[in-house]
Amino acid sequence: MPYVRTTVNGQPVEREVEARLLLSDFLRHELDLTGTHVGCEHGVCGACTVLVDDRPVRACLMLAVQANGKPVRTVESLAEPGQPLSRVQAAFKRNHALQCGFCTPGILMSLTAVLEEEGPVSKERAVDALRGHLCRCTGYRNIMTAIDEICAEPKEVGGGAG
Amino acid sequence: MPGNVGRRMPRLEDDRLLRGNGMYLDDIHLSGSLHAHVVRSMHANARIAGIDVEGARRAPGVRLVLTGHDLGDLNGPLPLLGPHPSLLAPRTQRPLAVDRVRYVGEAIVMIVAEDRYLAEDAADLVQIDYEPLPEVVEFDDARRGDRFVHDDIADNVAAVVSQVRGDPEEVIRSAPHTLALSLDIERSCGSPLEGRGVLADWDPRRQKLTVFDSTQSPVAIRQGLSRILDVPLDRLEVSAPDVGGGFGTKIMLFYPEEVLVPYAALRLSRPVKWTEDRWEHFISANQERGQHHEAVVAFDDNGRILAVSTDFDHDTGAYVPYGIAVPAVTGTHLPGQYDIEHYRYSGRVLYTNKPPVSPYRGAGRPQGVFVMERLIGAVAKRLGTEPWRVRRANLIPSSAFPYDTGLELHDRSRAIYDSGSYVEGFDRMLSHVDVEAFRERQRATRAEGRHLGLGMATYVEGTGVGPYEGCAATLNSSGRIVLEVSVPSQGQGHATTFAQIAADVIGCAAEQVHVVTAAGGPTAVGHGTFGSRAAVMSGNAVAAAAHALRAKILAAASVLLECSAEDLETRDGNVFVRGAENARVSLADIASGANPIQYPGTDRPTPWVSREPGSDAPVSLSATEYFRSGQWVFGSGAHGVMVEVDPGTGRVTIDQYVVVHDCGRVINPLVVDGQVVGGLIQGIGGALLERLTFADNGQPTTTSFLNFHLPTVDDLPPLVLDHLETPSPWNPLGIKGTGEAGIIPVAAAIAEAIEDALSPFEVPVTSMPLFPADIRTAIDRTEP
Repeated sequence: MPYVRTTVNGQPVEREVEARLLLSDFLRHELDLTGTHVGCEHGVCGACTVLVDDRPVRACLMLAVQANGKPVRTVESLAEPGQPLSRVQAAFKRNHALQCGFCTPGILMSLTAVLEEEGPVSKERAVDALRGHLCRCTGYRNIMTAIDEICAEPKEVGGGAG
Repeated sequence: MPGNVGRRMPRLEDDRLLRGNGMYLDDIHLSGSLHAHVVRSMHANARIAGIDVEGARRAPGVRLVLTGHDLGDLNGPLPLLGPHPSLLAPRTQRPLAVDRVRYVGEAIVMIVAEDRYLAEDAADLVQIDYEPLPEVVEFDDARRGDRFVHDDIADNVAAVVSQVRGDPEEVIRSAPHTLALSLDIERSCGSPLEGRGVLADWDPRRQKLTVFDSTQSPVAIRQGLSRILDVPLDRLEVSAPDVGGGFGTKIMLFYPEEVLVPYAALRLSRPVKWTEDRWEHFISANQERGQHHEAVVAFDDNGRILAVSTDFDHDTGAYVPYGIAVPAVTGTHLPGQYDIEHYRYSGRVLYTNKPPVSPYRGAGRPQGVFVMERLIGAVAKRLGTEPWRVRRANLIPSSAFPYDTGLELHDRSRAIYDSGSYVEGFDRMLSHVDVEAFRERQRATRAEGRHLGLGMATYVEGTGVGPYEGCAATLNSSGRIVLEVSVPSQGQGHATTFAQIAADVIGCAAEQVHVVTAAGGPTAVGHGTFGSRAAVMSGNAVAAAAHALRAKILAAASVLLECSAEDLETRDGNVFVRGAENARVSLADIASGANPIQYPGTDRPTPWVSREPGSDAPVSLSATEYFRSGQWVFGSGAHGVMVEVDPGTGRVTIDQYVVVHDCGRVINPLVVDGQVVGGLIQGIGGALLERLTFADNGQPTTTSFLNFHLPTVDDLPPLVLDHLETPSPWNPLGIKGTGEAGIIPVAAAIAEAIEDALSPFEVPVTSMPLFPADIRTAIDRTEP
């Protein structure tokens, strides 16, 4: 049986999996990391976005076996239990940038990747990342306010960027 | 502690959701779970000659295969909501189709297997022998007389809804001016980002059926399921976990899967889960909006509207589970903020071979507003005046409230507008828009070959549907207030707004209040979250229960502090003796002290609240109250939108959008703004991006987010958001609902703006949505 050996949120993972198992199903149903949500299963809505090798990836369009040897990070990695929210998470909370919260983890991961890029946070890059996500509740306005706040902060302020 | 209601307070539920600790339906993993998959009709209208499931039964990992025949009596028609005399031939769906399918997506077979992959493998082995019949797709098909959704309904008519006030026919005959419009609104859907889902577990040891359902009304599901499955309520718990958006789509009562999955769990004594995928959502979740209107308006030289009349067709899809709710709301909300003495509507509810229709955010109101505002635009054009002047001349004045519309709502209550500031709201919108400056800009840019347009629309939103909601408020010995309500949240923020209400009454921090949706509890009654009713109904129940609890807290504290309850006040989670700040007791100590038993871990002696000899029962620190109302309360608003249309490409760009909104007293402006803006952008999607399409044979052709385009961040226009607060006199908190407000007038306002922008081409805008190609085609038609 094919297997996947990698790290997920810094923890080593080694499992035999069916070749056809999606990364999203692997994370959610095998590793119990249910913070990654599945909204469309054809790569459009962006809810399932996780970081693979530090880059945003649609977990519903990737097989678990393809993550072999590639570190995966999910929304659960952004703030340790009991620790403060990350910069992006905190900005979302302050600004009511989520309603039902279903699409939110994917957006947080895409924006986290932008924050981790070299140099000052670029609003253009952040908005471009948001373009890859569908949110049906907020109308995006408060997400934009959160992005504005993140871009206005010096990079080292607030919780860790992930 | 006053100061919570009205505060722009970040939500209490967000920390958990942001950390990925939300618990949505598919996030619940019960040990030993099986997974269900539904085999759905591939034909829009067909007889089923045979269903062969033998291959699927033998497939690896399959534990149960259900056809309609296997269900026996359980496969009767699902409930009809809101029986009404105007329903001529109501039909509802069976859990599994047996000998006839009426839309692509109708459930035929359910397969339960060890995992979802195996269930879908087995589905490929199911053989269904269809004999296709002529399909009823468009309204014209329904009227042809040679094709039938239900063979015994020759005209495909499910219902005719109509009402009249005054004598519109006579007024239209004798009026100085009349004009008529044919108007269309096409089919759309709510599209919550989380699809539907059900998880059920029958535990034979506890003799209990536990159901998790991604629904807006777990109470109604529980009460109904108890009857349908013949499981006593005390053996049945139903709860809605975190729900990833609802928008009306998730309050169907019942979707077939909501019966089938619990039934399978009972049969197998194992947990069974069904999670809808996006394709299934597009073909089998309920939809809405499709209507065609033939409307007439009568008016005088001053633009005063004398009468409005509309005859419309309403597409209800293959079944009519919600009775007349949607077309009736269209009819009763159409006149909106305008004082029109003579009015009639008659709506014919037609069956089509498409997914069933039930309310989607707005629930018939956007169609009514579109018709009314298109008529106003046409009146203005005929009179050569600004549409805003016609609107302003016809608004109901503030002195006219309560304003009796003379119309009956579909729950048989009378539509009486409780309060409103329509003229003030409209004038505020006008001042934000600045029509004169816009016209100047429009003229100047037209000279450069650019096409700017201005549109407006107003609306009322009947909210707070009765008959009641309840709240049980309890002080526990952790010093926290627990509120049990029956209305779950699909993102509306109940955990925060209800906490704000209770905190102000009790005198504690909102963070000290915990909100539970108790729909699965043994005694839970109530209704659900729909029709912009949760804040109105449950909000007022929360306030009533909190007041009753506060009285009990003060009575207990008066014993502890040895004074009269009248001398006490509450603040910051403590009860004080007025004027003696040191004489105080915390909520936690009151709760501990109310109980004569001292539990381990309490490090100080808890005084007994009751000093009566022989009375050693605990003092109740819990209160249940209900808020009852038989009258809807009406929110309102005025929208203005400025667009630019590129006649070459048909592309519409929104330069600015103005919203003036009035939902009475606001509990949390952050949340209310969020609701209004979310609805607005959903409305922009409905006007410019979203359209459910079907081929001539009824095959749905928009079955993914790749061809049903939800708005993205690029569709968020520059926005002015302004509020009026005209409290409702009909509930203690003065609240009106707000969940649907944002979406209601958007298509109407954008339609007027596009028509205005394209006025050099004289393109009439008579349908929504409008895609760039539609606009190009319309322009082409006007060019010789």
